Amino acid sequence: MSEVITTDVVIIGGGPCGLFAIFELGLLDIKCHVIDILDRPGGQCAELYPEKPIYDIPALPLVTGADLTTRLLEQAKPFKPEFHFNQMVTSLEKRGDNDFHLTTDGGLKFNCKVVVIAAGGGSFMPKKPPIPGIELYEGSSVFYSVKKMEALRDKDVLIIGGGDSALDWTNNLQPLARSMTLLHRRDEFRAAPDSVNKMRELVATGKMQLKIGQVIGLKGEGGVLSAATVKGADGTFSEVACNAMLPFFGLTMKLGPVADWGLGLTENLIAVDTEKFESNVPGIFAVGDINTYPGKLKLILSGFHEAALMAQQAFRYINPGERLTFQYTTSSSNLQKKLGVA
Amino acid sequence: MAKITFIQHDGKEITANGTPGMTVMETAIKNQVQGIDADCGGACACATCHVYVEPDWLEKVGKRNPMEEDMLDFAFDVRENSRLSCQIKVSDALDGLRVKVPEKQF
Repeated sequence: MSEVITTDVVIIGGGPCGLFAIFELGLLDIKCHVIDILDRPGGQCAELYPEKPIYDIPALPLVTGADLTTRLLEQAKPFKPEFHFNQMVTSLEKRGDNDFHLTTDGGLKFNCKVVVIAAGGGSFMPKKPPIPGIELYEGSSVFYSVKKMEALRDKDVLIIGGGDSALDWTNNLQPLARSMTLLHRRDEFRAAPDSVNKMRELVATGKMQLKIGQVIGLKGEGGVLSAATVKGADGTFSEVACNAMLPFFGLTMKLGPVADWGLGLTENLIAVDTEKFESNVPGIFAVGDINTYPGKLKLILSGFHEAALMAQQAFRYINPGERLTFQYTTSSSNLQKKLGVA
Repeated sequence: MAKITFIQHDGKEITANGTPGMTVMETAIKNQVQGIDADCGGACACATCHVYVEPDWLEKVGKRNPMEEDMLDFAFDVRENSRLSCQIKVSDALDGLRVKVPEKQF
């Protein structure tokens, strides 16, 4: 059991809007913890399009997803946000006015006054290939990530995919496994050339096999896999004997536990007002792609605006009775001090 | 205008007017075609707008680009005629195009 982390605001989601929320809240002296399911900040900008140019960020005619993330982190830095990566918020409970309790799948616990949901398109989760009956084997023979390598010792392992995860795990698990097969739909790999070369060497020395094709069916009993039916590139069928299968098809966004928090969802989006971007639960805000309101545009710049207005109301909750004076960063020495430039 | 027919997995056909310059994916979303998710909004970054181009149209639609070929690694049941519909631009030459939509994107 870990200790409860007490803070002003918990931001769920470390994408561009979550990162800018740190800044807007920070200007108002509000301290934030940020939770994200990925292993790094940036959300979709980091996971889906780190190298693709974005053209519609005001004053940045061209910026990549990775670069935008770096800049937002730099902007938020003076406010010393604390990040908790590889964590999915599994429960959010309101125990009183501005008294929220959150827990994550990694066992972290938070107590805060305000919650900001900046979860974009939802949580990134491993894609599960729609092979008929695959759910019968999930957790027993089919795994979408490797938590303990030892669990795969002496197994007949089948890895599917052609990216870095697939190749890295092929190379890392091969010495442990009784047999190793890598299956990919084509004889070309997106993974780093180094790991592809290493894999090819293992194949050349007979330590593993590489098959080109796609899994179309599974065989086994009682949740224990015995073989996968593979359709080859030439249309022929074959079987790969295996009792452990690891499909690596990248990540997809799923709304996840947010759906269970009683937030009045409209088509899987959190309905908010356009003054404070607050949900139907006072003290829980939603900014960025995850919210909806009349005229909503899913643009990063809209999320920035939403974060600024959200912060005003968050201030009122966190500092009841205190007057909030509107200030500009260009002229306010108070704000400049917070930013570390005065 | 180019007429594009989407054959949904349930057999229902939706014929939509595609505007030249738009993508086949955008045409599908605009016309509520079921089975095209387009999670990334057309950045060729997710493979959730996978379609099967009807064989007679393969040549006119053209080949996959290298980025699309990579992204198709994330799709399920990739076939010879698999394409990502965000990478097919509507043009007058594609008037009458027919594509099949898989049961679900994943």
